[in-house]
This record gives sequence, structure tokens and C-alpha cells, in this order.
Amino acid sequence: MPGTKEIRTKIASVKSTQKITKAMQMVATSKMRRAQDRMKLARPYADKIRSVIGNLSLANPDYRHPFMASREVRNVGVIVISTDRGLAGGLNANLFKQALLLFKEWQGQNVPVHLCLIGSKGTAFFRRLGLPILASVSGMGDKPHVADLIGTVKVMLDAYREGRIDRLYLVHAQFVNTMTQKPNVEQLLPVVAQPAAQLPDHWDYLYEPSAADILDGLLMRYVESQVYRGAVENVASEMAARMVAMKAATDNAGKLIGDLQLVYNKARQAAITKELAEIVGGAAAV
Amino acid sequence: MSKTLQVDIVSAEGEIYSGPAEMVFVPAREGELGIAPRHAPLLTLLKAGEVRVKTADGEQSIYVGGGALEIQPNRVTIMADTAIRAKDLDEAAALAAKQRAEELLAGKIDKLEQAEALAELARSIAQLKLLEKLRKIRG
Repeated sequence: MPGTKEIRTKIASVKSTQKITKAMQMVATSKMRRAQDRMKLARPYADKIRSVIGNLSLANPDYRHPFMASREVRNVGVIVISTDRGLAGGLNANLFKQALLLFKEWQGQNVPVHLCLIGSKGTAFFRRLGLPILASVSGMGDKPHVADLIGTVKVMLDAYREGRIDRLYLVHAQFVNTMTQKPNVEQLLPVVAQPAAQLPDHWDYLYEPSAADILDGLLMRYVESQVYRGAVENVASEMAARMVAMKAATDNAGKLIGDLQLVYNKARQAAITKELAEIVGGAAAV
Repeated sequence: MSKTLQVDIVSAEGEIYSGPAEMVFVPAREGELGIAPRHAPLLTLLKAGEVRVKTADGEQSIYVGGGALEIQPNRVTIMADTAIRAKDLDEAAALAAKQRAEELLAGKIDKLEQAEALAELARSIAQLKLLEKLRKIRG
């Protein structure tokens, strides 16, 4: 029989682990709520830009910005957004699996894949693949800012402009709800424009300075806002996944404590019985 | 005809202002622009500066770091930048991102990663030990 003392120490240690996972669960819950709010806040901007771009392309059907014209695909760029920290269940693993599928699909057509990595988990994982990495950023924390992303996105936009990549994808975790986050692949470039509202005939904006300049500025901001939205959504997903994972860990710790407690009680009872038997035996001998 | 226009100022990180106004002044790239209701549809880019929104109760001023402006007859939308941007600054940020990527490719295993791996190893060993102990107790 193992000593009751060892079991007691084990129980205490599992209990302290449980406290930690419980705390992490609660922190993740509150952070998730905040991230969800930020997701909502990012929406109007992207919607507005999208509708202006839609109007613009409708008003000038003959002008095609390179960001909107699709061309033959010889090189592909992929922006992968992952978390900075672990302990978030299978979130990153699922995301990487999806990204690898995408890579394989293009590589099968003999199209090289160029990467842009956001988040340190993805950086650690994809570095081993030996694919060219054009840009990377990590350590943005729970509140990513557009300013942190501008440089990274610009590298990819420049590569697209110069013809080093012909298509740009964004891979990130999509926040469906608290229990579900799924990896999402979307095409950033060329931009798929959808005209927003029905416009009256012969309607156009006045442009200052020129339609091309404005479209350029808008498209750049649009792509940036999409990446930003992806980053914020990824944070929300991370927090949700961590919340669920930590809840499971807390429950498991509770079960483990229950089991250990049972073993401890049995050991204690056995010790008492043994002691009694010894006393009785001793008394009988006298 | 309505005497006011709807003004929306949004940025990628959130809505900054939304409400009716009598007139709006914005720092357009080509010079300051005053917009009254029923302005012709116009698109332009903004530089960093002050946006003044004149409402019935007074004037409000909001700083924007640049952005884009869309005018529809009774609606003004400003897509403001949250970050101050200039060509050189953007260029510098892009260079930094590239450099980080190059460092990655150079294959430097940073100390943090090594520490993480060691910690992971220690955790696994501890778990195995615990499992063994439990097995003994139960068996």
C-alpha cells in the first residue's frame, strides 16, 4: 500500500493545476468576448470599402486595376494567421492541415507557394517545410492593430504588383461560435468585387486626383482590413478554443482528484484496520 | 430636400463617428474640402488632419490619420486610417517584416523555442511518472 502522504501531496498538486486551468478558462472567456466585439467593430469599415470598390468598378467598367484582374497563375502567395501561444486545443493543428492541403493543391499543378506568416505557432511550424517565406510578424498579442500588419501585407502586395505572385490567399481560423472554429481559406487577390447596390444609369463619381490612384489606395486598404479582420477573428477563435480546452482540463482534473481521493480513503481505512488488528492481536497475546 | 447629410467616420478598428451634420470639412489630399448637403458624388483620398463636423449644436473636430472619402448626395463616408502612414514608414515596416522572414529562413532556433521544447519534455516525463504511479496504486 502506498503511503497516504504521497497521495495527499498528489491531490494537492492536481488541485493547484486545476486552479490554473480554471483561471485560464475564465481569462479566455473574457478575452473572447472582447475579441468578438472587435470583430464586430471591424465590419462596417470593410463593408463600406467593399461597396465603394463595387461602385467604382461598376462606374468604370473599362479600367481594370491589377489587383482586380485575374491572370495566369504561376506563383501563389499564402498568408497564414496562427496564434502566438499554445494550449488552444486543436485550433492550430486543424488550421495547418487546411493550409497544407491548399499548398499541395497548387504544388500539384507545379505552382510554387510563397508564405507570409502571422503568429509564432505558424512560424515555428511552416519554417520546417522549407518553402520561401516572404514576410512574417508575430507577438501581436490579444489586440492586433492594423499598424502591426501594414508592413507584412505590403510585402505581399508588392510581390503581387511585381508579378512575383499571381494570387494571394488568406488562411485563418474562422469564429463560427464558441464551440466551433473552423479553418478558412479565402482569396484576397485578385479582389472579387461585388457591386453593392443598384446604381442609376450614367452615374459616376468625381475623382480627385484620379480614379486609378483612388482605387489603388482603396484596394490596398481593403486587403489590409481583410487581413486585420482575419487576425481579430483568429484571436477570438484562439480564446474560444482555449476556453473549451481549459474547461475540459479542469473537468479532467476534477475527475482525477475524485479518483485519487477514493484511493486515499481506501489506503487510510486499510491503515486503520491494520493498526486495529495489530492492537487486538497484541492484546490477545498478553 | 433635407438640409443635413449623414456623416459616417469608420476605421478598420471601429466606428469613430456617425450622425447628421449641416456641413463637413475634410483635409483632402488636394486641399481642404467643405461638403454641404447635396454635394456631387465624389471620391478622394485624405491626408492626416482634422475633420470638422458642423452640426446644429456646434462643431466637432475629429483627427484622422488619412484615409479615403466617399460623397453621395446626402451621405459622407470617411474611411479613416488608424495608423499614420507615409511611404517611407510603410516601406520601413515592410522591410522589417521581410527581415524577420529572412532570419527565420536562416534557421536560428531562438532560445525561447528551445526552452519551450525542454519544458514540454519535462511535462511529458512528469505525466508518464504519474501514470506509472497510478497504475501501481490501482493494480
